[in-house]
Amino acid sequence: MEAQFLSSPFSGYVYPNETVISWTVLIAVYPYLTGLVAGSFTISSLYQVFGFRQLRPVAHFALLVSLCCMIIVPLPLLLHLGHPERAFNAMITPHMTSAFAIFSFAALFYVILLMVETWFVFRPYIVHQAQQTKGVLSWIYRGATLGSYDLSDNAMRYDSKWVFWLAIIGIPGAHGLHGYVGFVFGSLKAREWWSSDLMPAIFLFSAIISGTALVIVLYVLSCKLRRAPIDLACMKVMAYSLWGFMMFTLLLEGVEFASLVYRGRQGYDVIMQFVEGPLLVPFFILQFGVGSVLPLAVITFFIWRGANDRALVVGMTASAALVLLAVLMMRYNVVIGGQEISKTGKGLLAYYPPIFGREGLLAAGTLLILPLVLLSILVRFLPPWHEREQMT
Amino acid sequence: MEDEDKLKKQQRERREFLSWLGSALACGAAVIAGDAGLQQAVAAGERTAAAQVPPKPAIPGYDWTKHRWAFGVDATKCIGCLRCVEACKKENTVPADAHHFRTWVERYVTLEGEETARIDSQADPVNIAAAGSESEYRFADRYRDAKVAKAFFVPKLCNHCTEPACVQVCPTGATYKTVDGVVLIDHTYCIGCRYCVQACPYGARFFNEEMNVSDKCTWCYHRITKGLLPACVEVCPVGARIFGDRNDAQSAISRFIHDNRVQVLRPETGNAPNVFYVGIDEDVS
Repeated sequence: MEAQFLSSPFSGYVYPNETVISWTVLIAVYPYLTGLVAGSFTISSLYQVFGFRQLRPVAHFALLVSLCCMIIVPLPLLLHLGHPERAFNAMITPHMTSAFAIFSFAALFYVILLMVETWFVFRPYIVHQAQQTKGVLSWIYRGATLGSYDLSDNAMRYDSKWVFWLAIIGIPGAHGLHGYVGFVFGSLKAREWWSSDLMPAIFLFSAIISGTALVIVLYVLSCKLRRAPIDLACMKVMAYSLWGFMMFTLLLEGVEFASLVYRGRQGYDVIMQFVEGPLLVPFFILQFGVGSVLPLAVITFFIWRGANDRALVVGMTASAALVLLAVLMMRYNVVIGGQEISKTGKGLLAYYPPIFGREGLLAAGTLLILPLVLLSILVRFLPPWHEREQMT
Repeated sequence: MEDEDKLKKQQRERREFLSWLGSALACGAAVIAGDAGLQQAVAAGERTAAAQVPPKPAIPGYDWTKHRWAFGVDATKCIGCLRCVEACKKENTVPADAHHFRTWVERYVTLEGEETARIDSQADPVNIAAAGSESEYRFADRYRDAKVAKAFFVPKLCNHCTEPACVQVCPTGATYKTVDGVVLIDHTYCIGCRYCVQACPYGARFFNEEMNVSDKCTWCYHRITKGLLPACVEVCPVGARIFGDRNDAQSAISRFIHDNRVQVLRPETGNAPNVFYVGIDEDVS
C-alpha cells in the first residue's frame, strides 16, 4: 500500500521525522472554534450574569452562536485522527496525565450545559410555538418542550434562576475549556515556540476577542438580512468589550514574544530567522498589523469621538472582521509556525497546506462555515431576536 | 375556578417534570462519577498490583521484572555506513522513504575557519541523490574538496526515557513504559492523534501513514525478549551501538556506562533518557 503523506522542504538541520508536519490546518481550526465558543459565551454571560442590559439584543443570539460552534468543535479533531473510530478510547480509558484525555469530558459537559441553558432561555418561545403551530413543526416544538408547558410567573422566575446559574457555571466552563487548549500547546517542552506559561492566557483572551468579533459581524449581518434596526447602544458596549480584551491580548502576546527574544535561549537565532522571514506576512502584517493594530486604532477612534451612527456600525463590523482574521492567523501561526521551527533549533521547515484532501484547506474552510450553516437553521427554530421577545 | 385548576395542574406537571429532570441528571452524574470512580479504582488497583506482582507479557521464558534495558552509542567508533538504518527499516518494516525512521545517523562536520558544525543525516536531499533512492542510505562525499577540521557521526534513536514526555501526553495510554524500561506503542489502541510525536523532544517518533498510528523504535522488543540484540546493534560493524541489561553488572551496556564518561541528550527536559552517548560535542541534541 502506498502511504499518503505530505513532506515539507527544509533549510538547516531538522530531524528526518520532522519533515512530515504532524498537526495540520485542522488543528488550527480546532482552537479557533473553541475560542469562538468561549468568546460568544462571554458576551451572552455579560448580559445573563453581569447585568449588561445593553447587550440584551445579542445575548440570546450569542448563546446560539456558542452552541453552534461547540457542536462542530470535535469535528476537526475527529477528521485529523488516524483512527477516528477509536476516538472513544480516550473516554473509556482516559490517560489522566494527558491534557487531551480531558477534552472529550470537558467538551461533552460543555455541550450539555449549552443545550440546557439554551432550552431554558427559549422555553417560553418553544411552549408558545408548540401551542400555536400545526403539523410537523408543532411536533418538533412539542418534543422540545420536554413536556413542560408552565409559563407562570413563578415558573419564569425559576427558569431565570437556572439560566443565571448555568451561565455562572458556563463562564469557568467555557474559559477553562479554552485555557486548557492553550495548555495543550503551552505545556509541550519539546517546542520553544509553544512552551510558554502565558500560552493559556493568550489563547483565552484571543478567544474572547474572536467570539465578540463574531457576534458583532453576525449581529450586523442578521439585522441587514432581517431589515431590522441595529441597536447602537449594544454595538457600543461590544466595541468597548472588544477594545478592552484586545488590549489585554496584545499586551500578553507582546510580553510573551519579548520574553522569548529577551531570554534568547538555545535556538533563538533560528526563531528570529523564522520571525523575520516566513512569519513576516502571516504574523507581522496579517495578525499584528492588519488584524490587530488597525482595528484597535479604528475602535479607539470611535470611542474617542463617541460616534453613534452608521459610521460606528460600518467601522465596527469591518474591525470585527479583521479581528476574526487576526485570531485565525494567530491560531495558524501558533500551530503551524510551532512545527515549522525544528526541534533541533538548527533548521526551519516550510509547510504548504494542500487544498484538497482530508486535512486540506477546503476541509478546514468547510469546518469554519459549518457552524454558520447550523446557526442559520437554528435561528429559524429558535429566533433569538430582541423584537420577537418584545412581541411575545 | 377552571383556570385555577388548570394552573395547579400545570404546576404539578412542571414539578413532576423538574423532579424527573433532576433524577435523570443525578442518575447521569452518578453513572459518570461511578464509572470514573470505578476506572480510578481499577487503575489504582492495577498500579498497586503492578508494584507488587507485575503482570507479565505472554512471552515464553521471558520475565520482564528481571531486566533493565539500556542502550549506548560510541560516536567515536561510528563510521556512518548506515547499515543500522537499513537493518532497522527491514527488521521493523518501517516505510521505505526519507521521512520515517526509527533510527538515523547524523553527520557533524566543522570546516576549518568555521565555529559551528554543518549537520546532515542520510535523509538530506544531497545524500539521497548520492544513494540513488530514498530506500538506500549513503552519506555523499560532499566535503571532499573542503578542509575539514573535525567530523564525526552520531547514531540517533528513541531514548526510552525514564520520564517519557510521549507517555505523559498520550490520551489513551496506548503508549506506555514497560517494567523492563522500554517505551512501546499499542498499535491496536493508538487513535493517531500525534500528540506524542509533538511531545518527543528528540524527533524520535513519526506518524505511520500505512497503519495510521504513531510509530518509533522499540529497541527491537521482539528480539531482545528472545535473548537477541536489536537489529541495529547486530549489524553495526564497528561496535558503535551497545545494548544490554543494566541489572547485569557484566553486560556490555553496564561496562560501557562504567568505563566511560557518558552523557545523555537534552538532560534539561527532565525526560531522563536511557541512551548513553560517548564522544559527542555540545551541539549534538
